[in-house]
Amino acid sequence: MHNLPTIHPILAAMTPGETFALWSVVKIVGVVAILLGMVAYSVLAERKVSAFIQDRVGPNRTTFPLIGSIPFLGPLLASWGIWQPLADGLKSFLKEDFTPAHVRKVYFWLAPAITMIPAFLTVAVIPFGSQLGGQKMVIADLNVGILYTFGIVSLGVYGIVLAGYAANSKYPFLGGIRSSAQMISYEIAMGMSVIPVFLLVGNLNLGKVIDYQAGYLIPWLLPNWLAFKQPLAFAIFLIAAFAETNRLPFDMPECETELVGGYNTEYSSMKFAMFFMGEYANMITSSAMMVTLFFGGWTLPWFGLDQPAGDNLVIGLLHIGIFLAKVAGFLFVIIWVRWMWPRFRYDQLMSLGWRRFIPLALANILVTAAVLWVMGK
Amino acid sequence: MIVKRDKLNFWERLYLPAVLGGFKVTIRHFFGKKVTMQYPEEKWSVPPGYRGAPYLVKDQENRTKCVSCQLCEFVCPPKAIRITPPGPAGSPEAGNVEKAPKEFEINMLRCIFCGFCQEVCPEEAIFLMKDYSLTGTSRAEMIYNKEKLLALGGIHDDKIQKWKHKAAEAKEQGITP
Repeated sequence: MHNLPTIHPILAAMTPGETFALWSVVKIVGVVAILLGMVAYSVLAERKVSAFIQDRVGPNRTTFPLIGSIPFLGPLLASWGIWQPLADGLKSFLKEDFTPAHVRKVYFWLAPAITMIPAFLTVAVIPFGSQLGGQKMVIADLNVGILYTFGIVSLGVYGIVLAGYAANSKYPFLGGIRSSAQMISYEIAMGMSVIPVFLLVGNLNLGKVIDYQAGYLIPWLLPNWLAFKQPLAFAIFLIAAFAETNRLPFDMPECETELVGGYNTEYSSMKFAMFFMGEYANMITSSAMMVTLFFGGWTLPWFGLDQPAGDNLVIGLLHIGIFLAKVAGFLFVIIWVRWMWPRFRYDQLMSLGWRRFIPLALANILVTAAVLWVMGK
Repeated sequence: MIVKRDKLNFWERLYLPAVLGGFKVTIRHFFGKKVTMQYPEEKWSVPPGYRGAPYLVKDQENRTKCVSCQLCEFVCPPKAIRITPPGPAGSPEAGNVEKAPKEFEINMLRCIFCGFCQEVCPEEAIFLMKDYSLTGTSRAEMIYNKEKLLALGGIHDDKIQKWKHKAAEAKEQGITP
């Protein structure tokens, strides 16, 4: 922020490097806080959406001591289940952390952390807003943002595989094995599906991808978003994202009906909660990725909202709001899909990945490249 | 029976019709009427003939109808009922005219709500009522004594009114209990 030095003399005396470090810390803390909040509340959303789809009302009892006794507002918030995530979190902290005797202890303790960390690391390169007081709203403005993302995402499988191996019993092991096969297969389709996007954009920096999507495809009707230019790439990416985040219809590693909960069967209390948080954080980051790559990130083509905010704080906050709203939309779809479709059979999943999506993604690359070549770009 | 498996055409094999169908069904239910009953606030209406908790009843004269015949105690399959008869002294209010129990206990944790006690009772003194959610904080609390059972049972609209007739008879003969 340009007027920041006037707030405190210490800030005025800082070198650019120190300013960068300070801003990075502020952004990291903010992003992680928002991400954790979104994780908690997407669990609530999951429960509410599933309840509504199944003609139920969902969690509506938990209340908060003082706010709960405010007339009207207290009961209203309780009926929305606003306090439920707090109660859930508290419960997972207070539950007994049981380590079964037969597990491989080191891996058993490592796996939940390894599941959660990649999910949080991916957010670093995603531009979650244009600018706030002259600062770019992205933690790490990497030139190779997408490569970083795929590198980190491929680490995500280790947590689940390790959990399956560490549990040292058959169902978690099956879950772990399935997940490794599934995630490796769909990573290929996922990686290939975004190549046409970068052929069009000509840059691997995610900020540049968003800049490319400014404006209209059809004036005032259709934004110039890559989802409309590359619908096939978007479809493949979306489906691969479902598989990568282990969400239904591809939740082979969990598979409650066959595998008794899969890789996390032997886990309890906070360790289980960390797998849970990892899954939801993955959902959020993949939603954020889809918003960035295919739905214009923080931009809206109307009213000049596709230009960086500069020093305007209101527009800057509005951009962050737009980004979060788009992410929330994707989260809703991901949750909705879970309560709609049955699980794929394992061989169907594999054949879909290897025999449909990878060839389709390859064809898409070729066609896009050919079109770009003909158009002489 | 052999179910013929139809060959799917290309459109169906794309999986998209199933996807759209799924979207339609779930969105309809998402906005549809909810069936959840907010339990402690809302309760379902108990149908007549429901076998809830067994309670003792009084007649219109406010007398305990039970005469300690112990048939219910005998018939009770889980042995949830325990009756202490008044003994040779008789009950203070009624003397030895009718043997009102000194103590009548039903262990609601043992009771299986079968209704045999109601069926076997010659005096129509015990009925299975509509209470279905009995709660307590200890086992001892779940053993309901005579006082509690009578209070919960209330007054039964008795057609025969045995005590009324007996009292009239006693007055006629010049002997009052």
